Amino acid sequence: MSGTKKPVTFKRLKNQFLSVVTNPFNLIVFITLVLLVVLIVIPLLRMLQTTFTLATSEIRRVPGGAAGDFTLYYWTRLFASELSATKLWKPLANSLMIGAVTSVIAVPLGAVLAWLMVRSDLPAKKIMGLLIIVPYMIPSWCKAMSWLAIFRNSRTGKPGLLEGFGLMIPDWLAYGPVAMILTMVLHYYAFSYIMVSSALRSVNSELEEMGEIQGASKLQILRKITLPLVTPAILSAAIMAFSKSIGTYGVAATLGLRAGYFTLSTQMRAALEGSSDTNLGYVMALLLIVMASGTIFANQKMVGTRKSYETVGGKGTRHTPIPLGKAKYPICGGLIIFLVIAMVFPTLILIMETFQVNTGGGYALSNLTTYYWTGVNDVTNQSVHVPGIFNNPEFLGALKNTILLTVITAVITALCGQILGYISARGRNKWYGKLTEQLVFVPYLMPSVAFSAIYLAMWSKPHWFIPSLYGTFALLVLTSVVKHFPFASRAGTANMMQISSELEEAAEIQGAGFFRRITRIIIPLAKQGFLSGFMLVFISIAKELDLIILLMSTKNRTLSYLAFTFSKDALPQMADAVTVCVLAFVLVSYWIAYRFGGADVSKSWG
Amino acid sequence: MSKLVLSHIDKYYGTNHVLKDLSLEIEDGDFMTLLGPSGCGKTTTLRVIAGLERPQNGNLTIDDNEIINCDDAYYAEPSKRNLNLVFQSYALWPHMTVFKNIAFGLKVKKMGTKEIEAAVMNSLRLMRIEEFKDRYPNELSGGQQQRVAIARAIASDPKLLLLDEPLSNLDAKLRIDMRSELKRLHKEMGTTIIYVTHDQVEALTMSTKIALFRDGRLVQVAKPIEFYMNPVDLKSADFIGNPRINFIDAVAELKEEGLKVSSELGTNVFPKDQLTDETLPTGEFKAVIGLRPEQIHVQKEPAPGLIPAKIYASQPAGSETLVTVSVGALNILAKEIGILDYVINEPVYLRINPNKLNVYNYESERLIKRVISKKLNDENDD
Repeated sequence: MSGTKKPVTFKRLKNQFLSVVTNPFNLIVFITLVLLVVLIVIPLLRMLQTTFTLATSEIRRVPGGAAGDFTLYYWTRLFASELSATKLWKPLANSLMIGAVTSVIAVPLGAVLAWLMVRSDLPAKKIMGLLIIVPYMIPSWCKAMSWLAIFRNSRTGKPGLLEGFGLMIPDWLAYGPVAMILTMVLHYYAFSYIMVSSALRSVNSELEEMGEIQGASKLQILRKITLPLVTPAILSAAIMAFSKSIGTYGVAATLGLRAGYFTLSTQMRAALEGSSDTNLGYVMALLLIVMASGTIFANQKMVGTRKSYETVGGKGTRHTPIPLGKAKYPICGGLIIFLVIAMVFPTLILIMETFQVNTGGGYALSNLTTYYWTGVNDVTNQSVHVPGIFNNPEFLGALKNTILLTVITAVITALCGQILGYISARGRNKWYGKLTEQLVFVPYLMPSVAFSAIYLAMWSKPHWFIPSLYGTFALLVLTSVVKHFPFASRAGTANMMQISSELEEAAEIQGAGFFRRITRIIIPLAKQGFLSGFMLVFISIAKELDLIILLMSTKNRTLSYLAFTFSKDALPQMADAVTVCVLAFVLVSYWIAYRFGGADVSKSWG
Repeated sequence: MSKLVLSHIDKYYGTNHVLKDLSLEIEDGDFMTLLGPSGCGKTTTLRVIAGLERPQNGNLTIDDNEIINCDDAYYAEPSKRNLNLVFQSYALWPHMTVFKNIAFGLKVKKMGTKEIEAAVMNSLRLMRIEEFKDRYPNELSGGQQQRVAIARAIASDPKLLLLDEPLSNLDAKLRIDMRSELKRLHKEMGTTIIYVTHDQVEALTMSTKIALFRDGRLVQVAKPIEFYMNPVDLKSADFIGNPRINFIDAVAELKEEGLKVSSELGTNVFPKDQLTDETLPTGEFKAVIGLRPEQIHVQKEPAPGLIPAKIYASQPAGSETLVTVSVGALNILAKEIGILDYVINEPVYLRINPNKLNVYNYESERLIKRVISKKLNDENDD
């Protein structure tokens, strides 16, 4: 702001005050910023503070220390003590290795598939394109369950499919890094596929045809023209897959803990659940956040400026498919085999296992039962002492909780997303718009499990007028809402950007006040975008395990957590049945979102 | 009654100074066009008047009522200014029918259902789009949407109607139709109109007054003919008129009997009553003659007072013929009505009325000698 300095007069101050106070928009911006600080900045700072504060449980270990003292104890204990190797360096190395290998395999796979689906003349592209992204809709912990259904060995549980055939499955294959990597590859290849294929779609094939006219061969065109144009998208996909997989919890816990294989996130939970050293867990959470946000920032720094490539080439509407020639049908066949092995087959095994009396015991009629679905607790012919899920109060309670949580959270999140989007869109070049965007982005930088650790640290004690939320349903809702802010607000911003501010100005000139403009102009026009935003948040929360696992109590379990618990308690059929329910729930929701909400699966979260 | 006075308005976006000490008076009943290339501040001026932007310095009064007083940080609400605005994008609400679009503002003003219906139908009739009242905006063509946008703006009978490049999204033929429509509307309603455009033809054909903007400053405010005949500086002269004005380098000197100007076209002495108030350098100084292409009459036969020239190129275009002629080392463009045929290098003779010449100071670029014409006198007598 420049211009000459004005003399401060009473009239001037009064007018300035009135114009700020009488505009409801200012009030909403103010409240939003306060809430964002309370919900995002303060919890982060609180957790940081906790890691430097001596807790009662460690007073003995620090000579002369009193509870509440400032201390470097936790940081030195984690980074430089006899514990460091097992608590930090080993799990950290495991996390990094898994993240790196996962993205090294998943991203090229996704990129190749993307090229085939977008640019080649592969037959049945439409249905294949859909099937390829189905694994992305399936929560990654469900895939871990399928893995167990196939590879489990009887040393640490009940036999899986392969052991039933008489194959001895070694521990390293059943549990641990190989299992985790392969499971996550199935998740992140679809993620990279979505990113790279949208980049490829924006490349005008005239650019490639120009290369052809200049006399370049197909391979040269691919290497010198197409690939450089989508490199930013591929790099982004690699970095995002890496950043997301190093912080993952559900897969790492399901497939790692039995073999004593820890990653940083499972080690963190172990620390947080222990009776002492819980503050160590917070240090680990911070470490996870630093790693994940560091890679995302690196991505923006490196790729951000080059990203403009994607839109180069203007319309990008014309696409002449590149003929694969003789390779067409073999490639198509390979793709089908891949999809069957990676998706269809494991899902079938998972479903079938829920009907087996003894897992790994084959599919003879004598080994089939519907007990795990509909059975009543009947001790005479079952070795299991829990009723089938439809008669199981735990399942019914979890089902109710899941539906309540998804619906309530999705409504609140989608609403907040629209408000945040409105502020970001209207404040595009103003300080408050930028600040809102930056604050809202912060939860995105944190792995889910670390984010919930922050909330655990913050809200398990009473603050201001808010009582301790430890173990409450409210904490689940709050955590899920804030963690989904970045996603919902991005959808909201995109939605609001479509509504030209002139439409509102036209109403303002006609004398319509703020609330009238919101109810009569903005809301009717934002409805469709709100609906699809709602559905995507809804699905994302229904899938969630990592985010809520730290916050579970016996009263507020969700389906995903129940499956996880059954699996841990060596009740694979029960775990599978719950997983199948979640799968069905998620896929049906996707279908509804796609069919009625106009939602785009590729915009969905993690 | 609606007289609008902007005084010393400054508007910054961050450090970007978009309106620079702008002062402008708009009389009741004027059709004032804010003209200038894109980014010159004309739309910002309109938005300041509408109340959609708040300037940092300056005042605005409408009918002597204070609307903006930056010293007191006072800005009247847009709805309290009794004006309406037609956006370049039309900004029709896509979820409302044409009728509801127009009725919205009236409902906000809490008018009765009967009155609303009457007012809406009246403005629909004025714009001749009654049959579209139940359609949604996306079911209308661009020209029809345009009419709805105007109907919406005039329904509340505003004292001041603001139009932001309303014709820029229409094709050439529709634009001509809408020009006459707007001119008729102005006459019928008697409303003061402020009209923003970068199109000089729109400005010249419709306005009662034109305000020319450049780089956030107001360069000239004048009636259309004066504006066309006597642009205040070289840049404005260059901006106005199609085909472009001819610029001819000259040397000038102020003498007892008047301003003596010599160039390839010969030497003229202009009486002092044709000069502007610009202060002139003493002795000889560099000057530029401005000569509109239609003021050059090309003749095939020599006669006293005519300037000998040669045909350089000729472009017949049906209703008019553009002829480039060389006078010595100089190439100038002439515009003749009708189809005329010339052969390249054919000798011709130019008749130029010295009264119809503009002379500019080369250094200051300001107008020093005005065009004298009967039309101008008529206009000024209005």
